[in-house]
Amino acid sequence: MMLTDRGEEILEALWGEIIEKKNQACDASVLKDDESIKNLTELDYIEIKNNHIKLTSLGKEEAKNCVRRHRLAERLFVDVLDIKKRLVHEASCKFEHLLHKGLDENVCILLGHPRTCPHGRPIPEGDCCKDAKRIPKKLIMLLSELEPGKKATISHLETQDQAMLQKIIAIGALPGADIKLIQKFPSYVFQIGKSQFAVDKELASCIYVRVV
Amino acid sequence: MAIDYKGPVEYSIELAIEKICELLKAGYFISKRSVALLLLQDDEEIKEMARKSEGEAINKIEEVVKEAKSHFANPITYELALERQLEVKSIIEKAVKIKKEAIGASERLSQLTMNPITGIPILLFVLYWGLYKFVGQFGAGTVVDFLEGTLFEKYLNPFFIKIVTHIIPWRILQELFVGEYGVITLGIRYAVALILPIVTFFFIVFSIIEDTGYLPRLAMLIDRIFKKIGLSGRAVIPMVLGFGCATMATMVTRTLPTKRERIIATMLLSLAVPCSAQMGVILALLGGNPKAMLIWAGIVGLIFLFVGYLTSKILPGERPSFYMEVPPLRMPNVSNVITKTFARVKWYFIEILPLFLLASIFIWLGMLLHMFDFIVGLLKKPVELIGLPPEASTAFLFGFFRRDYGAAGLYDLNKHGLLNGVQLVVSCVALTLFLPCIAQFLMNIKERGWKTGLGISIFILLFSFGVAYSVNFILTKLGVIL
Repeated sequence: MMLTDRGEEILEALWGEIIEKKNQACDASVLKDDESIKNLTELDYIEIKNNHIKLTSLGKEEAKNCVRRHRLAERLFVDVLDIKKRLVHEASCKFEHLLHKGLDENVCILLGHPRTCPHGRPIPEGDCCKDAKRIPKKLIMLLSELEPGKKATISHLETQDQAMLQKIIAIGALPGADIKLIQKFPSYVFQIGKSQFAVDKELASCIYVRVV
Repeated sequence: MAIDYKGPVEYSIELAIEKICELLKAGYFISKRSVALLLLQDDEEIKEMARKSEGEAINKIEEVVKEAKSHFANPITYELALERQLEVKSIIEKAVKIKKEAIGASERLSQLTMNPITGIPILLFVLYWGLYKFVGQFGAGTVVDFLEGTLFEKYLNPFFIKIVTHIIPWRILQELFVGEYGVITLGIRYAVALILPIVTFFFIVFSIIEDTGYLPRLAMLIDRIFKKIGLSGRAVIPMVLGFGCATMATMVTRTLPTKRERIIATMLLSLAVPCSAQMGVILALLGGNPKAMLIWAGIVGLIFLFVGYLTSKILPGERPSFYMEVPPLRMPNVSNVITKTFARVKWYFIEILPLFLLASIFIWLGMLLHMFDFIVGLLKKPVELIGLPPEASTAFLFGFFRRDYGAAGLYDLNKHGLLNGVQLVVSCVALTLFLPCIAQFLMNIKERGWKTGLGISIFILLFSFGVAYSVNFILTKLGVIL
């Protein structure tokens, strides 16, 4: 039996409720007679007890992957394809189902293993993210991962912290700007245009660069 | 210049600006377009103003802002910055030609100062020659010796004593001007012969360092360590300035971005950063005794880190973040250095001279009314508890009027051979940590408010006594002879 698109959507919703919001279980009454709920129970992804849905360990794993695909799709749309926020969710909902088996890893690598979706929710780590921490060979990477002396172009910024964003804007570290990392320790020093700046690791970890 | 903001096809920032401009009714000190742009960027100050002055319409305005935000994946601040950058780029392409330059000697030296392997030795070199040799040994040693020992003791004091005793027949009034603690023989002598040269030499070094552009490099070197004590590299400027005058440095803590950083910096400046006047006297006291100097520096350094770490754990608030432009290294400009040094010394001297004179008058009054005998008597017990001779309590009392005043008092004590090595270390530690001078006490309250300022001072009073007691206890128990 295959997991349906609707089944995936339900798993995503459950991940949000149970894992991220830390509720014990979900009220099942709305979905009681849903075809997909039966399907999910048969696949051993969920358990229903006293009208409450719980995720099994198998279900948790599958739900994590669904969420990961959805949020990666959102990142892809916003950062690479430049689709505006209003359309992002809708497009991602369709696209995520195409991102199966290995495809999500490719997208993740392309994007430089982003940690949050454009709405600021965390993207669950995949195997590739764990590998990436060991092998830093990729197209888009954190400024903090760049080798000293290397030049790159800023690809995008990733922070939900307005104050942090203001600081980065003040420095002029905006997408499209050429940047040269001068050193990493004890602070990060880089050059944009004719100016040099020193920043801490937190700030350097908000800036993603594309290696030239 | 107005930029035509584009945004997505179906909805542009311009449309939102237009809608908001129509809704805005009140008058502002800037154009409606600027107000609209600031509102779209969630500027708290403008939001507050609009809420007060726009009445009902504010709900509609907030709806437009919300609507606009929903069209963008990123905060509008970010979108605006991107469009502005595009505009800037196109202007620069048209108007500016950039020549390629080879990496020069100054860039190479700059990288040496920022690499910890070469940067830390350079820092130590700067501290050794700039602070220790130039300010400490030459300023606080040679120059002070000449001004105090020769100029005042040999010529000015006898001269004024002669004149005053000639003009004023009453012994009590003579004491006020030229007695042991007289306005001229003590107040002006300390201010002009002791503090002035030390502070001047310090500010010369500080202005040179500042003018070369070395300070941001120092900030980036020290940021990681300062993060541990709840500060960022930026705090290095008030901290270094604190070695000149902690009162002035406390005023400079205004440049720190968060309240939490300002409180931590004020605390550390009051407690564990000795000002140049104190440093001068401490160097003079411990100069001939390297082991004692090392113990003193170790204890004060440890307390700086320990109290900073503790305060950063206790105080709520977000972690500081560090970013700073690193300007190119330059040769210091002599006229810049002179102007800055002169302005700072003048400011400082105008601030402190009245305090010195006032302190002299207080001491004179206290002597006259036997009040000090009483307070000195009260202080004798705690002073004995930390293992110092009872005479030291006078130095501690005067230390409150100015920390350096107290340090200078100890200097006199030592000259008469009343202190041994351990006692020297203990008294130097106590005076370094001790309650800030009256000027800094007032500055703490002025900058941090009554509650925090007073709280910091009371904590320091108890803490410095506790540390001095422990240091004396440990050194004595270990049988250390210095």
